Amino acid sequence: MIIKKMADIKPAEITDPQIYRERRRFIRTASGLLLAGAASATLRPRLAEAGYGGQAIEGVRPGPFAIKEKRTAYKDITSYNNFYEFGTDKRSPALMAGRLKTDRWKVTVEGAVSRSADYYLEDILKGQVLEERIYRMRCVEGWSMVIPWIGFPLRDLIKRLEPHSRAKYIEFQTLFDPAQMPGQQRNVLDWPYVEGLRMDEAMHPLTILAVGLYGEILPNQNGAPLRLVVPWKYGFKGIKSIVKIRFLEEQPQSSWMRSAPNEYGFFANVNPRVSHPRWSQRRERRIGEFRKRKTLMFNGYAEQVAHLYQGMDLKKNF
Amino acid sequence: MFKWMVFLACLQPLTMLAWQGWREELGANPIETITHDTGMWGLRLLLLTLAVTPIRKITGWSGIVSIRRMLGLFAFFYMSLHLATYLWLDQFFLWEEIGFDLQERPFIAIGFITFLLLVPLALTSPTAVMRWLGGRRWQRIHNLIYVAATTGVVHYWWLVKADTRDPQLYALLLVLLLGIRLRYSRWFGRQFERPSPPSRFRT
Repeated sequence: MIIKKMADIKPAEITDPQIYRERRRFIRTASGLLLAGAASATLRPRLAEAGYGGQAIEGVRPGPFAIKEKRTAYKDITSYNNFYEFGTDKRSPALMAGRLKTDRWKVTVEGAVSRSADYYLEDILKGQVLEERIYRMRCVEGWSMVIPWIGFPLRDLIKRLEPHSRAKYIEFQTLFDPAQMPGQQRNVLDWPYVEGLRMDEAMHPLTILAVGLYGEILPNQNGAPLRLVVPWKYGFKGIKSIVKIRFLEEQPQSSWMRSAPNEYGFFANVNPRVSHPRWSQRRERRIGEFRKRKTLMFNGYAEQVAHLYQGMDLKKNF
Repeated sequence: MFKWMVFLACLQPLTMLAWQGWREELGANPIETITHDTGMWGLRLLLLTLAVTPIRKITGWSGIVSIRRMLGLFAFFYMSLHLATYLWLDQFFLWEEIGFDLQERPFIAIGFITFLLLVPLALTSPTAVMRWLGGRRWQRIHNLIYVAATTGVVHYWWLVKADTRDPQLYALLLVLLLGIRLRYSRWFGRQFERPSPPSRFRT
């Protein structure tokens, strides 16, 4: 178990008495999060249909980078999902994900890292401030959403795990269990789902691991209990239901790169100037809107992330 | 009576879409749902049109030929809706974008070709036009359905991201429908593969 105090809270935020109160509550919540999640796992799909997922997360503080755009409806975020582990159409995940058991969730950390071990999610969340991050989500298929995630910066976890200096990349793997994830009974993709980031991308303050959305525990179809969110990249980079984190010296091969290397690259940055063989990336349909809108470079996060790719040919490194 | 039942059945997918649209049950991305549904029914009805002659040959039920033209026209109708949805609701008639799509995305180009191939078939479907053209020329035009059905299935196959199970099923059906024509013509020495114009239409 690793407990390390995070020291990157800005003075302006500390002075807010509201946050004081919330921070006291979150410690209690974070540890109770997973047990509660397990209890509501069976109920959740039905509740998700009726309205919200049910299990609120308390003591979440507002995070940075919040965008002002209208949030996508909870119903749409939780019923229109690409999660091939539960079926390849958009409706299947919401219908099938109730089979996933998220209690006593373990994450294996290995590779070029000092603290390689198996961690219970409770231990990963212990002492971790949870924030609401309202991000744009742009799918490679040409649609987008605005999602109020709840999570914490991936960099916080990486620092605690103490990677070796030769670790240049980080790889994530989704659970492989065809009994819980019936979509894995067919080889649509090379299971388990694998995604990866360059270390500087993983350490970027925008990159988070999410455990909730709309103030509540992540519904299974959205990648419970732990998923990656990298808002300037296409949605498929946001790997769901993570069970393994590896620190690597070489660039890992993601599942989609293996499936169609000419269509999906390692970086997968949102880029209206580099079109995909299937979809023009110049414009997108925001779910809930009628007309398409222009897609922004790096999904509107160019100011924060453009420097990561300076001097790189983004047409080649798509 | 039979024709009327088929007519109503062919309208059913459109009625369902309208009903779901009215009740706001088209999902999070209604335009995508409409595009997919109209495209799927266009392809299904096209394959059904191709199934008419084999069914007649196998069962000897010649009455089924009376619905062939209607099935073909409904296939064209749903494909027109499919194309209109793309041009209007998806692209809002931004011709520049549509031009890029045609150049850059083979599945859109071949979908467009499929539609163009079917236009002459729809135009020459009235009995008067058929008479004016004469059977032989009419047949030659309507042989385009074999090409259009093939490009239609390819269009479907190419647009699917990873899970090609459904396009595979449609491809198998197409191969079956085309293959059965070859076999019949070989076994019976008949010109099975041509859609012969019916001499008379019953209502």
